[in-house]
Amino acid sequence: MTSANQIRMPAGGASASPAGPHKAGRASARRADNRRKWYEIIGLTTPAVLIYVMFVLVPMGFAVYYSLFRWRGVGPPTEFVGLRNYTLAFQDPIFLDALRNNAIIVFGSLLIQGPIALGVALLLNRRFRGRAVFRLLVFVPYVLAEVTVGIMWKLLLTGGGTVDALLRSLGLGSLVQAWLADLDLVIWTLLAVLTWKYVGFAIILLLAGLSNVPDELTEAAAIDGASWWQIQRHVTIPLLGPTIRIWMFLSMIGSLQIFDMIWVTSVPAVRSLGASATMATYMVDNGFFARLWGYGNAVAVILFVISFVAALLFQRFLLRRDIDGAITGRAK
Amino acid sequence: MAVNTVVPPSTGRRQVSWGTPLTYAIALAVAAVSIAPVVYVVIGGFRTTPQIVADPAGLPNPLVWDNYARVLTQSNFWQQAFNSAVIALGTTLAVVVLGLAAAFVLARYSFRGREGLYTFFTLGLLFPAGAAILPLYLMLRDLNLINSYYAVILPQVAFSLPLTIVILRPFLSAIPRELEDAAAIDGASRLGFLWRVAMPLSRPALVTVGVLAFVASWNSFLLPLLVLSDVSLHTLPLGVQNFSSQYTTDTAGVLAFTSLAMLPALLFFTLAEKQIVGGLQGAVKG
Repeated sequence: MTSANQIRMPAGGASASPAGPHKAGRASARRADNRRKWYEIIGLTTPAVLIYVMFVLVPMGFAVYYSLFRWRGVGPPTEFVGLRNYTLAFQDPIFLDALRNNAIIVFGSLLIQGPIALGVALLLNRRFRGRAVFRLLVFVPYVLAEVTVGIMWKLLLTGGGTVDALLRSLGLGSLVQAWLADLDLVIWTLLAVLTWKYVGFAIILLLAGLSNVPDELTEAAAIDGASWWQIQRHVTIPLLGPTIRIWMFLSMIGSLQIFDMIWVTSVPAVRSLGASATMATYMVDNGFFARLWGYGNAVAVILFVISFVAALLFQRFLLRRDIDGAITGRAK
Repeated sequence: MAVNTVVPPSTGRRQVSWGTPLTYAIALAVAAVSIAPVVYVVIGGFRTTPQIVADPAGLPNPLVWDNYARVLTQSNFWQQAFNSAVIALGTTLAVVVLGLAAAFVLARYSFRGREGLYTFFTLGLLFPAGAAILPLYLMLRDLNLINSYYAVILPQVAFSLPLTIVILRPFLSAIPRELEDAAAIDGASRLGFLWRVAMPLSRPALVTVGVLAFVASWNSFLLPLLVLSDVSLHTLPLGVQNFSSQYTTDTAGVLAFTSLAMLPALLFFTLAEKQIVGGLQGAVKG
């Protein structure tokens, strides 16, 4: 961020006095300070390390262990079944539906929200009256809880609800559908609702990224005779690369784990048929509510591995330059 | 982007001539699509259910206050808002304190294994909270924490720490060495430097991570759904879900409850919008 970034505190005992005769005394003072330094390091980091290990890392380890058992969650797991829970999951058509739905949401979000957000952000990348208000309004769907938004859209989309009434009043009555009950349609309805909720976030992020593109560059291109589109294509969009990639990353990870919105918006019956299930809803339905704890944990491990590998690959090949190897590469 | 830079007159005029109406049209359209459903829900709360059924897209005529009054006086709204607030504030406070302490060490002490420790924390960015939810539930059950605020707060703190540390560390690293030396000359220890100099200087970053943690906690649903079966501990997202499935025929009541549940979040985010965007940007560039 700044060049001061490089400044680090050198090894402890930096406050040593100028060279003098009392070598032994200085050495023991340095040793005392060194010990104090280690006390501070341990004292300040331990609470964070403990809580992080206990509630982030340990549970995933347990998930792997539980997933090898057939277990109803009462008493310790005893019926070891090896990898059978995993093979069962991949043989269950409902789980395969859930995988397909997650894929639809991941790629649907990127392919629909990306172009919309980029287009709107580029067109709005100029000063205009009410820009601050615009940013606030566009941010509204993002800041509301997924649950609240889900309930809201469920009401709007019910049969004979507001959306249907609106279509009819516009003379488009033939377009009316069973939005949330039609097994082939429901996942696309949910994708549309998700687009509504998250496209504003993409717009805001890209607008913020655009404000970091120096005016001088686009002005220079304009003086050289480049058209508006040429400037966007060859100057602005490449400079927006890091912002676009970080948005893609956040969107992908969120889409793989999506739960809240799906859970409250779609009817359980539709979900149990697989039409609107995602990996996360499938996991909670089977593991928690049906009490198939071993099986549920196997699904959790699958969900974890898919998210982890996707994040790692994305990080490795696309994000490397942007966050300076914070996760995979060498941290500088 | 403080003051207008000098724009070549030709491009300046071109922007005004065709750019402005198009800009406004697009801005208006996007803003309208974003808030129309929300406005509809708030207005719907002022109608009666028969009115809504008869004409879903109509305006309140006459204005009915009864739904809102009913939700505020007869439902668990206040109890749930209180629970949400306790959990969100507890989470935020713990994340900021623990994250600042760890990030301070990672930024301003040099010791063997420092980068390893940092990488260890950043690894958490790749751990999806959703995937860990089942073993997390089992663990909290074994710890006897189910149906307590801690059951939500502790895991939320743990999952917020990686991003917090990633945002705070560069901020703390950027504090010039001279300030630390000056503090040392004035007799401050390293901890005194953290308390009196580093913490006040990194206030913007602390606000950012605090806001992000608060947002995530206020909106969270999956974790409370599993670990808070006791109705008196339910948070607002659980309340919205319960109310809507309990009173399926009371559309107007559900609209009113949903609007009221949105209100605190909307107010809070209006005030904190800059921090949210700034924080995410900081995470990108950090």
